[in-house]
Amino acid sequence: MIEAEGLRKVYGGNVAVSDVSLAVPAGRILGVLGPNGAGKSTTVRMLTTMTAPDAGTGRVAGFDIAREAQAVRRVIGVTGQDATLDELLTGTQNLVMIGELSGLSRQQARVRADELLDHFELTDAAGRTVKTYSGGMRRRLDLGASLVARPPVLFLDEPTTGLDPTSRQRMWEIIRNLVADGTTVMLTTQYLDEADALADSISVIDHGIVIAAGTARELKQRIGGDQLEVTLSAPDPAAATTLAELAAGAVVELDGGRRLRAPVVARTGLATAVIRSLDAAGIAVDDLEIHHPSLDDVFFALTGHPAAEETETESLVEALS
Amino acid sequence: MTTVTAPVVDAPRTPALTTWMRNVWTLTRRNFIHVMREPAQMSDATIQPVLFTVLFVYIFGSAMHIAGGSYVDFAIAGLVVMNLTTASMGTAVGLSSDLSTGVIDRFRTLPMARSTILAGRTLADLLASVLCGSIVLATGYVIGWRPGNGVAGVVAGLALAVAFSYALSWFTACIGLRSSDPESAQAVGLLILFPLAFVSSCFVPTAGLPGWLQPIADWNPVSALAGACRDLFGNPNPSGAVHNFPNEHPVLVSILWIAVILAVCVPLANRMLRTRTVD
Repeated sequence: MIEAEGLRKVYGGNVAVSDVSLAVPAGRILGVLGPNGAGKSTTVRMLTTMTAPDAGTGRVAGFDIAREAQAVRRVIGVTGQDATLDELLTGTQNLVMIGELSGLSRQQARVRADELLDHFELTDAAGRTVKTYSGGMRRRLDLGASLVARPPVLFLDEPTTGLDPTSRQRMWEIIRNLVADGTTVMLTTQYLDEADALADSISVIDHGIVIAAGTARELKQRIGGDQLEVTLSAPDPAAATTLAELAAGAVVELDGGRRLRAPVVARTGLATAVIRSLDAAGIAVDDLEIHHPSLDDVFFALTGHPAAEETETESLVEALS
Repeated sequence: MTTVTAPVVDAPRTPALTTWMRNVWTLTRRNFIHVMREPAQMSDATIQPVLFTVLFVYIFGSAMHIAGGSYVDFAIAGLVVMNLTTASMGTAVGLSSDLSTGVIDRFRTLPMARSTILAGRTLADLLASVLCGSIVLATGYVIGWRPGNGVAGVVAGLALAVAFSYALSWFTACIGLRSSDPESAQAVGLLILFPLAFVSSCFVPTAGLPGWLQPIADWNPVSALAGACRDLFGNPNPSGAVHNFPNEHPVLVSILWIAVILAVCVPLANRMLRTRTVD
């Protein structure tokens, strides 16, 4: 339903998207995962005909994004990172306007607007100007706006960024229902749990390039078995060597050597063995964790740096300690 | 919710021109709601014309003597023209604020022609200028203005002034498309439109102006328009006695200016919008 082949976009010497290829089969949801500035939004802008690619091709529902832009616009719905609503119009007026501009008659547009306002629980606010809406309400109305013409293909660019947890859960539920109804969705996110929870398959983008693609399970398998993470009382140069004997792959040092991370093969007594050998080397352990690989680990293994979210938490922890 | 698998909007069913006109009308209504809800724009179209009309007539009128009639009879045509000339800036401001908000991104993903954005904007501003011009005339009537050519003359004069303001809207649309934000659009617009409106025969007969300024004012399209409105309204038009082409044929010259401005600015604005919405 959505296909991209070697998409590239350069803004004044700045390579926003270097080489992105992806495919979303009908009725599926693709999660495009990457930190801020990875090129996710630019990819969406190219596939939704807002920006012409400098190289590469794309097709949406069989229509070429460059040569058949108008046909593409008839089958897509787009919800961007920033709400694309008219602040001075009411909720109803926004949806009716978009309906009419999408080709519905006045009457059809009104019926559809009421339907969507009801569906997104905005009926009470329907007659108020969008200026007065909360962040979550704007996001819901914006999503409603992209659904006015019942598009078979939906692009959601970071639909939950900046939303509170309740609004986020609600948005996830809405997206799941849309896919259940047969909509094909391409979703960008910088939240690993979001991609994990919603997407059938995931493309990881960093610096404008797809660095990995597959299902969440496949991506996790790539970095081997379970993940061991040890936090020491103080950094110790001998710790990595000691751990390497027990690990199934490379040991990575974080926080200047205070935290160590390594893939391990789960077996009985693993945690005890880790603590014993570190203790024998005279290294004190504050915390130890063995977990199934999360997309965090995948992202880290693929890019060598944590996803945006984690960077923030880390600097916060540093600031507090 | 009902199923979303099939789009309800299939490939063009209605002729392209009908769709285009319907989209323009949708956007016109949307922009007109903006004019009504934005206090600054609303006041430009309603309060400002009343204020200007009363102030100019009582202040300038107290010191001015017009051959063949009263100052209020002379000034109302000039006030209509001045108000509509400066009001055309609303197009620059409205367009540039659309471009600086997310709404433009929504429009870009909808199956509508880009040109409807400009057509809908200028049409809404045309409606606002009909409102603005009518308020000047109504205020004028209250303070003593009397047209000599009856309703038909008044309607013809107002229509010509509105047509000129519509053409200027396309000119200021170009300014709006060049500006980075609504504030700079407004600043640039004022810098051009204010001299245009004031170095003219709107408020004083050009015969009294300093020698070097007089030809500029005489050849200013705004002067031709003010003269044309005076002739059509049936009010005193001292410029008609000055021997040069625009003063002797104000209606014809006004129509020519309108045609020239539209011929240059409509294609230019459309090209500028396409360029601005490529990336």
